[in-house]
Amino acid sequence: MTAAAQSTGIVNSLTTGRLPRWATWVILLGSWAIMGVIFALIAAGSGTEFNISAALLLGLFLFIVLIFVFAYLVEGLRQAKDRLVTALVVSAFLIALIPLISLLFTVVSNGLPRFDPGFFGQSMRNVVGEGGGALHAITGTLLITGMATLISVPVGLLTAIYLVEYGRGALARAITFFVDVMTGIPSIVAGLFAFAFFALILDDPGIRFGFGGSIALSLLMIPVVVRSSEEMLKLVPNELREAAYALGVPKWLTILKIVIPTSIAGITTGVTLAIARVIGETAPLLIISGFTASMNYDLLSDRMMSLPVFVYTQYQNPGSEVQPYLDRAWAGALTLILIVMLLNLIARLIARIFSPKLGR
Amino acid sequence: MTTTSTRKPRSTLRPADRIFAGSTVIAGSLILAALAAVAVFLIAESIPALIVDPAELKGAPSSFWAYVGPLAFGTVWAAFLALVMALPISIGIALFISHFAPRRIAQGLGYIIDLLAAVPSVVFGLWGIKVLAPAVTPLYGWLVQNLGFLPFFAGGVSGTGRTILTVAIVLAVMIIPIITAVTREVFLQTPRLHEEAALALGATRWEMIQMAVIPFGRPGMISAAMLGLGRALGETMVVAMVLSPALVINFVLTGSQNPSTIAGNIALNFPEANGVDVNALIATGMILFVITLVINSIARIVINRRKAFSGAN
Amino acid sequence: MNSVLSRYKRLASIGAIAVAGTILLSSCAANEAGTTDPSAAASDLAGTIDGSGASSQGSAQEAWVAAFQTENPDVTINYDPSGSGAGREAFISGGVSFAGTDSALKQDEIDGGFAACVPDTGYIQVPAYISPIAVIFNVEGVDALNLDAPTIAGIFKGTITTWNDPAIAALNADATLPSAPITAVHRSDDSGTTKNFTDYLNKVAPEIWDAPAADPFPYQVGEAAQGTSGVVDAVTNGTNTIGYADASKAGDLGVAAIKVGDEFVDYSPEAAAAVVAGSPAGDTASDTDLVISLDRKTTDPTHYPLVLVSYIITCTEFVDAEVAPVVKAYVQYITSDAGQSEAASSAGAAPLSTDLSAKVATALESIK
Repeated sequence: MTAAAQSTGIVNSLTTGRLPRWATWVILLGSWAIMGVIFALIAAGSGTEFNISAALLLGLFLFIVLIFVFAYLVEGLRQAKDRLVTALVVSAFLIALIPLISLLFTVVSNGLPRFDPGFFGQSMRNVVGEGGGALHAITGTLLITGMATLISVPVGLLTAIYLVEYGRGALARAITFFVDVMTGIPSIVAGLFAFAFFALILDDPGIRFGFGGSIALSLLMIPVVVRSSEEMLKLVPNELREAAYALGVPKWLTILKIVIPTSIAGITTGVTLAIARVIGETAPLLIISGFTASMNYDLLSDRMMSLPVFVYTQYQNPGSEVQPYLDRAWAGALTLILIVMLLNLIARLIARIFSPKLGR
Repeated sequence: MTTTSTRKPRSTLRPADRIFAGSTVIAGSLILAALAAVAVFLIAESIPALIVDPAELKGAPSSFWAYVGPLAFGTVWAAFLALVMALPISIGIALFISHFAPRRIAQGLGYIIDLLAAVPSVVFGLWGIKVLAPAVTPLYGWLVQNLGFLPFFAGGVSGTGRTILTVAIVLAVMIIPIITAVTREVFLQTPRLHEEAALALGATRWEMIQMAVIPFGRPGMISAAMLGLGRALGETMVVAMVLSPALVINFVLTGSQNPSTIAGNIALNFPEANGVDVNALIATGMILFVITLVINSIARIVINRRKAFSGAN
Repeated sequence: MNSVLSRYKRLASIGAIAVAGTILLSSCAANEAGTTDPSAAASDLAGTIDGSGASSQGSAQEAWVAAFQTENPDVTINYDPSGSGAGREAFISGGVSFAGTDSALKQDEIDGGFAACVPDTGYIQVPAYISPIAVIFNVEGVDALNLDAPTIAGIFKGTITTWNDPAIAALNADATLPSAPITAVHRSDDSGTTKNFTDYLNKVAPEIWDAPAADPFPYQVGEAAQGTSGVVDAVTNGTNTIGYADASKAGDLGVAAIKVGDEFVDYSPEAAAAVVAGSPAGDTASDTDLVISLDRKTTDPTHYPLVLVSYIITCTEFVDAEVAPVVKAYVQYITSDAGQSEAASSAGAAPLSTDLSAKVATALESIK
């Protein structure tokens, strides 16, 4: 009793008027405990199941309210606002994790049963029911998306450079405007367009080939590449450019050696986002690249399978024994996610190697 | 021709400079050419649907516009709902990663969110059908029972959870990583000096963000939101797989009769369409094109009014 | 210097991963290692043919293609389950060698001619895939359900809204029906399944189901889901739901028996085949066009009139003579006893009757 009174008697002028460090955690756990009790009572009262997700969510909400109130009482309005925003920002992150975890759990738990060597060593040729694999679809997806990237990144990046570094006047305005318009091309329309275009110029009304798919995907990819690269290039401080010009570096070298390396992290993020955006496209590939159960390495002739089409058709058209088809669909989905993750990693590696070392 | 008298103080254009500048112009023009080709294709294929007697269209609507109206409404409504959910969360995540999380783990957290971008739409569709829709059905039941007086939850509740709200949630999850990735990069580019100046003057972290980060990042945030909106407007497979559509206009979020979206409607009806119905579907595609164009133009105007912070002004 | 070196080392390692990945993936699929069975090389058919069309035939086509390609290792057949309309369109424009369709060719499509065929040589349209359509339901405490056409029509039109409605209770004296609202799930995409389902309701219960048969679902009521898998998922995951789907995909769901004459008939391949065998020929029928006008109003309790017939359309004389023998052999295989029993086992289809099968064989003889 006396010891406690003594210890509170000492006043540290730097920490008065501040909530102690542990306060945040205590309030959080307290709010969850309160909501847990309330929901347990509701569950017991109505005989329904204990709703843990609702308890956690409302607990989080209660925490946000409480931390603001406590901070306001102890620390004043400015600190209270700061704590409120911190709590909101962290909860935004946690809320975004919920679907992510649910989705990954679903895909992994459903995909693992068929995530075996056979899945990566076989196509679906002559396979009915169990067995078979997605090698033809994986190859097709890599080839089609790879070609689309090969088309889109140079075109998109150069366009972004034009818009940021060179573009003045009507052409630049037109390009900016129409890149925006291009983001509005529905994926299925891109597929229809590619089909109509190649059917016309190659004079083959039933044309289906991988390269057409690449073109359709490029139409969807280019605006994303332009938009994100443009944003990143704009953020390069003008001082850097001017310093380079002052040293007599020609403009093109300034762009290649100063501007792009400075923004390479953002640009690669944008490109990977663009790839992720198109690699899962089903509708256009179904129209222009078609459906096949066999391997095809040639982008320029014959139908080529792709993973999204594989997942979609396995789900939509199962045989009378549904389970093997569903297993293959989920395993295909898992593979697709892993491919994009791998691309993401590579992009990060590239960004880390080439970007200049900054203060953070 | 005298060479010396016209000399101006401008840098000499080296051949490499010309080539580089030229190639950027060619790339830009290529985009214009491609878009022109798509536009020609869309318009040429749409005309038959616009001039035909509407009675010959599927479902015999009173006019083509009566057919496309509910779809256009559904497209904008679903994308709007998705953006309303996604935008605050995305900005929160971006701020968390760029300014709140401990520096050591921030990169890793960013990668976790990028994982969401790695999920293809057909997988989102499967997840929406198999996991999300059954999970939210009881919640919808509760909403309709307790908040039924609001127009959003009026009428009967869907028995399968395949409503426009479910679709909007999936769409929001899909566009969160896109918006987050761009805003995060923009926030990270905030001039260090601005931030430190604010903190040195005694600002709390939130006040620093309000004063330095948000104004600097606003055009980027709007741009990111538009990228996300573009994706939500044009998303095909998720809508086709998850939504229980009908040709109606209403604001009910939890019912069985949901307005469909243009892209989803094309995916659903294209396989069995023939004759003028194909043209009608492509014409709806053109409408989607126009909708995106209008929304993007508005965003452009907003961004251009706040150009001051761009490094390359 | 050192940092430059390490940079290139890193690059090299990325390159190595990429190369390794490429090598890994460019290896051939294990199941496509060419002809391993020497006896299989007896066939001299070779080439690639493409078909597209009805997704209802998708799983049957998969089984047929697998069996046919095993017999004829040098043949590759691709079947796009892209939809009947897309299939017919592709065939008309000459994009594919054969099409699968749930709806027979219309007269104006026939008059327009077919680009893949030699002009004025006619076409072949034969039934290849017969599948009963099941009325599936997921209602707590109800395992078996008897329904007649007017009741089904009422449920899907939205005039019968609860499970304990007197109309349903009258047909199911033994069942304990809940008072829960009915969630009726129909197809959100246009489909031949919907067309056959609505055709049945329109023919048998026209006083309630006043909309004519069509690919899109005619009324703005109930829930909608994409594709057979979507409807099955919605019925399975929802509560107190009912829907219609290809019988082979019904899985563990309850399937209603429908009233034919005075009895309630469960679906079966035999009953489905019987109603097709007992139905008259359709409007455009000829020796090479074996279109069937299904007798939905049958009162024979050995018949199951809620059935879908899917056709194969192809040419009698191809512009590209090389594909003719392959198409001929393939379609002959599909409609043979072996092909039909393959479809029955892997896709739950009903076989063609002997009589119909003979007519189909004669029609196919004319392909050259």
